[in-house]
Amino acid sequence: MNAGRRDNDQPLLSVRNLAVTFQLRGQHAAKAVDDVSFDIRAGQHVGLVGESGSGKSVTSLAIMGLLPRRGVRVSGEVMFDGTNLLSKSRGEMSALRGRDISMVFQDPMTSLNPVIPIGIQVAEIIQRHFNASKSAALERTEELLARVGIPDPRRRLGEYPHQLSGGMRQRVLIAMALACEPRLLIADEPTTALDVTIQAQVLEVLKKLVADTDAALLMITHDLGIVAGLCDTVNVMYAGRVVESATRERLFAQPQHPYTGGLLESIPKLDSPRGAPLRPIPGSPTQVLPWSEGCAFAPRCGNRTEECTARTPDLDPAGDRHLRCFNPLSRTAAEARR
Amino acid sequence: MSINLPPISDVPAAETAVMPGEGPGGGLWRGAWRRLRRNPTAIMGAAIIAFFVLVAVFAPLLAPYEPGSAQWSGDVTPTTVPGPDDDHLLGLDRFGSDLYTQLLFGARQSLVYGVVSTAIGLSVGALLGVLAGGLGGWVDTAVMRAVDIMLSVPSLLLAVSIAAVLGQNAYSIMIAIGAAQVPIFARLLRGSMLAQGRTDYVLAANALGIRRRRIVMGHMLPNAIGPTIVQATLNLATAIIEVAALSFLGLGSSDPAVAEWGRMLVAAQDRFEAAPRLALLPGTAIAVTALGFTLFGEALREALDPRNRR
Repeated sequence: MNAGRRDNDQPLLSVRNLAVTFQLRGQHAAKAVDDVSFDIRAGQHVGLVGESGSGKSVTSLAIMGLLPRRGVRVSGEVMFDGTNLLSKSRGEMSALRGRDISMVFQDPMTSLNPVIPIGIQVAEIIQRHFNASKSAALERTEELLARVGIPDPRRRLGEYPHQLSGGMRQRVLIAMALACEPRLLIADEPTTALDVTIQAQVLEVLKKLVADTDAALLMITHDLGIVAGLCDTVNVMYAGRVVESATRERLFAQPQHPYTGGLLESIPKLDSPRGAPLRPIPGSPTQVLPWSEGCAFAPRCGNRTEECTARTPDLDPAGDRHLRCFNPLSRTAAEARR
Repeated sequence: MSINLPPISDVPAAETAVMPGEGPGGGLWRGAWRRLRRNPTAIMGAAIIAFFVLVAVFAPLLAPYEPGSAQWSGDVTPTTVPGPDDDHLLGLDRFGSDLYTQLLFGARQSLVYGVVSTAIGLSVGALLGVLAGGLGGWVDTAVMRAVDIMLSVPSLLLAVSIAAVLGQNAYSIMIAIGAAQVPIFARLLRGSMLAQGRTDYVLAANALGIRRRRIVMGHMLPNAIGPTIVQATLNLATAIIEVAALSFLGLGSSDPAVAEWGRMLVAAQDRFEAAPRLALLPGTAIAVTALGFTLFGEALREALDPRNRR
């Protein structure tokens, strides 16, 4: 399946200056995603991190071509395997989705059709993309269900979603997404709706299958713990733009953007003294994307200077990473040490 | 199909618990059927419908005389219609036929009219609804504007106009009443199809490359059709009454020998003072049949409502 894979120099997916604007008739245009750029190489695991409303899900839907056509403007470039996905027709994208790029959604309770047996829901994807007979597709479905850790898969084929627990349903959704061994899997908060204990199991299944099928992974999450355990590189989004982009090791060891730093600070740690308060980021994100007048994070930022509200920072290379900040944490740390 | 997957090794097994209170199998329809059997309203409605269906089927066996024979027309005078006696359980009608026989055979006509006209309305309306709600865009706009125009004419007036144009025969009556129902079904199904289009599983099916046709017919329609099926059972009752209304207005079948409840009502109007039973009995038959379908439809709507699952 992977014979057509390019050499490692050319990224599998290359997102350049992606912007998504929602414009409903008679209303102000709302920019949900602005100037987002990142690369994913074959087999690489990339995290897209940010809080609710930061544009990570819209980014993924734009890559998949799943945004509604009316009232939405998408610009920029989404190069997949050398072709721009944004210029493909609806039919071409439909043939590509599920086979080359696949997606796992957040809510397993609503992402499965309640009136179709799960076996059929998985098998129809295989039938669609591989021209397989129904019996062959069902046979492979049974194998897939076993691989995602569903016990007694033959019996489960004929069961309906409401007969499965949340964790099992998410396993089915993972089986559906990986049924055709896509080269890129986009996982949009795949464990958010699950219990913590089940989260770990499902994440383990996802990790294993992604590794087995050699798929690249774009993990969209607000959970830095998931990123730490899964991703090679991390893009941190704030208010529709990428603010910091680095390898996992560098990002966790030495966050540079004050927002990244704040995210890491606000995670409870086992080794912090008992009773020590959590340190949340003050304030909350603004609704309109305020990048036109300086840095959008400036109102909540402890490192803010006049420059931050006067000019808008670009995403520039800064040593071992890309950074969109005038006053990164390392500079203040160095000044404090002096 | 030769996709080689590496062997399964240390993938953790899922929790094996099956949701409590769930037997094997059981989809939308099976669950609905189970709830329906437990619902006394449904049983009552079904019993009424079954009674009339049996009457319609076995009318030749149950009826003591030939229908529409008018063989006792000599007994009917301008001011009197002979009432019930030993030979005639419910007396004669104004043409001199046995009223009991006419009522039994009337069940045939009325039920067939109701079922066929509703089936016409349902199939055309559902087709339009699926097109509009499933495809959206300009198809939706075009279909719905056409339906709006139909809807702006009162349904009975629409039926009357169609029946007047098509002529007085059984088919034109059924088509007329069916056509008058089309807008109801089209609007209803379009609405639930549009609601289905916004669900997560439709987005998920799209994200996995399932074809549009399959998503509309295989994913959205089965979830959206419930309320429309129920509306159909409710419309059956209305259709029977509308057949009666068309007959009452003189647009019914032109063959007076065919017994039909609606026309029996019409025929009874000028003898109402002398023999009120001529109007009351077929009127009651229509009302009770309508009640049966309405009860069953209500119960079916309840049984199909996903919130009543489990």
